[in-house]
Amino acid sequence: MALDKDAVAQIARLARIRVADAELDALAAELSHILAWVEQLAEVATDDVPPMTSVAAMRLPMREDVVTDGDCRDAILKNAPQTARGFFAVPKVVE
Amino acid sequence: MSDLTGLTLEAAREGLLARRFSARELAQAHVAAMERARALNAYITETPDRALAMADAADARLKRGEAKPLDGIPIAVKDVFCTQGVLTTAASHILDGFTPPYESTVTARLWEAGAVMLGKTNLDEFAMGSSTTTSHYGAVENPWRPRSDDRPGDNRPLVPGGSSGGSAAAVAAHAAVGATGTDTGGSIRQPASFCGIVGLKPTYGRCSRWGVVAYASSLDCPGPMARSVRDAALLLQVMAGHDPRDSTCAPVPVPDYAAPLARDARGLKIGIPKEYRASGMPAEIEALWQQGAAWLRAAGAEPVEVSLPMTKYALPAYYIIAPAEASSNLARYDGVKYGLRVAGDSLADMYEQTRGEGFGAEVRRRVLIGTYVLSAGYYDAYYLKAQKVRTLVARDFAAAFERVDCLLTPTAPSAAFAIGDHRDDPVAMYLNDVFTIPANLAGLPAISVPAGLNADGLPLGLQVIGRAFDEETVLRAGHALERAANFTHRPSFIEGAGG
Repeated sequence: MALDKDAVAQIARLARIRVADAELDALAAELSHILAWVEQLAEVATDDVPPMTSVAAMRLPMREDVVTDGDCRDAILKNAPQTARGFFAVPKVVE
Repeated sequence: MSDLTGLTLEAAREGLLARRFSARELAQAHVAAMERARALNAYITETPDRALAMADAADARLKRGEAKPLDGIPIAVKDVFCTQGVLTTAASHILDGFTPPYESTVTARLWEAGAVMLGKTNLDEFAMGSSTTTSHYGAVENPWRPRSDDRPGDNRPLVPGGSSGGSAAAVAAHAAVGATGTDTGGSIRQPASFCGIVGLKPTYGRCSRWGVVAYASSLDCPGPMARSVRDAALLLQVMAGHDPRDSTCAPVPVPDYAAPLARDARGLKIGIPKEYRASGMPAEIEALWQQGAAWLRAAGAEPVEVSLPMTKYALPAYYIIAPAEASSNLARYDGVKYGLRVAGDSLADMYEQTRGEGFGAEVRRRVLIGTYVLSAGYYDAYYLKAQKVRTLVARDFAAAFERVDCLLTPTAPSAAFAIGDHRDDPVAMYLNDVFTIPANLAGLPAISVPAGLNADGLPLGLQVIGRAFDEETVLRAGHALERAANFTHRPSFIEGAGG
C-alpha cells in the first residue's frame, strides 16, 4: 500500500517522532517502497497456519512474587536528564 | 610484543597458563593495537585502565594457580551490552551519556570467567543494519581492502558488515582476541563473513538477553565472534546458560562445546537447501558453496539436497516482525529516564522533539514501519500475516532436520561492499541478510566460517545452521569446514602494518 504525506505524518505522530514537513514526501516514498516489497507475503497461503508469537518452545516460568531488588533510587535517577526531589522531572502535564 | 595480538584465544590461554607472558603484557599489547586501529573506528569507547586492572587481577589468580576459563583474555564488547559504569550507547544519539548502573548477564559471565574488557565496539544504530554505517559515531571501516589492481579508480574503504561491524573489525584487525556480538537477522554472521572471522549465533534462548539493549526481542541473540571455531566455542561456553532474569533464556544444561571439536564430520548428513540458489547469487559464491559441500563430503559427511520452500518469504516477514518489535521496544526512549532530552512546549512535544533528533534515519524508518504494521486496520494484513509466515519458515526447517543433521549455505550474497553503497535503497541493503534471517525466524543456531577469498581478494564465509540447542553439531561441521578451508589470509590492515 502506498503511503502519502499525510499518512506518514499521522504514523510519525503515533510514533511520537517529529518529522520535518520537508522530509515527509521522501519518507513516504521510502516507506511505500518497503511496504510494496513486504506485500509479496500475500502470495503465501496461511489460512490454517497459527501465528508464531515466540520461537522458544517453552512455557513462561513462574516465580515467587517477592521483592528481589530495591533501595537504588539514586542509581535509577543517575542517568535522568532532569530530576527534582528524588523524582524524574518532566514538563508540566496538568495546569 | 605485537606478536601477542595475533594469538588465538586458545594460544593466548596456553601462553598465560605456561606463564610465557603475563595477562598485563597481553592486555597492553591489545590496548596498543586498539589505539593503532583507531582509523577503523571499530571502538566507540576504549577502557584501557579497566583492561589493565582486570589483567592484574587475572595475573594474581594465574600466579596462585587458580586460573579461570578465560583469565586474562582481552575481549571487545558490542556497545549494545550494558556495562556497569561504562558508557553504553547502542550507537545512538538518543542514549547520549547513558552509563548503566548494572551489567548485562553475558558480560558479567565473561568478567566472572576472568576475561579482560578492552572497550565497547561500534555498530549500526540500535543494531539495525548490515553495514555499520548508521552509527551516530560514524561508519566503521573494514580492515580488508580489495586488491587495488582489480578496482582501478575505486579506492573507497569497505563496510565491515553489520550490525556487529565494530566487533568484527576489531577481531579481524587483531585489536581484540574475541568479541561479543548480537544477531537479530544476521548481525554476527554477516560481519564475520565480511571480515574473514568466525561468528556464532546461538539458539534463541541459549544466551541471556538481560542487559542487552533490545531491538527485536523475539529474535535478538547474543553470541561470540572470534578468529577460530574453537575460540568461538570457548567464548560461548562462558556466555551461555540459564538466567532467571530473562524469561526466554532456556533452563537447559550447557554442554561442553570443546567436545564436538574432537570429532570429525564423518557420518553427518548435511542439507543443501536448493532455494538458496534462486537469488541471483554471484558465481564465485556458488562455487565456494559447492566447494564447501565437497570439503564436507571429503571429511566423511554426506551432502543431501533439501528444500526450504519459504526461504524467499523469510526476509519480507522479518522486515515486518523486527520493525514491529522495535517500534514497541524503542518506545522507552522518551527523554525522561536517560539519554538525550530536547526541550519542548509540552510533554508530548518533548517526546517528539527528543525522538525526532535522537533517532537516525534507519531507526526512524523501522520505528515508523513498525508503528504502521501494528496500527488498527493493518495489524492482520501485515503483522499477523508475517507471524504466520514465520511459523511456515520454522516448519520448513523442522521438516529438513528430519532428514539431515545441519544445513550448509553461503553466509551472505556478496563480499564486503564500499561504504556508501546501498545507502539510498533500504531494500537493497536488507537483501544482505537473505541467507541469515531464516535461522533467526526459526530461532536456530548458525555459524559463519571464513572459507575463501573472492576475485577482489575479499573474504567470503560459509554458514552452517543446526537444530535448536544443537550448537555442538554446528561447531563440529564448522570446524570441519575450517580445517578444510585452511583460511590463513589476513586483512591488508595487518599486512600493511607488518605486525
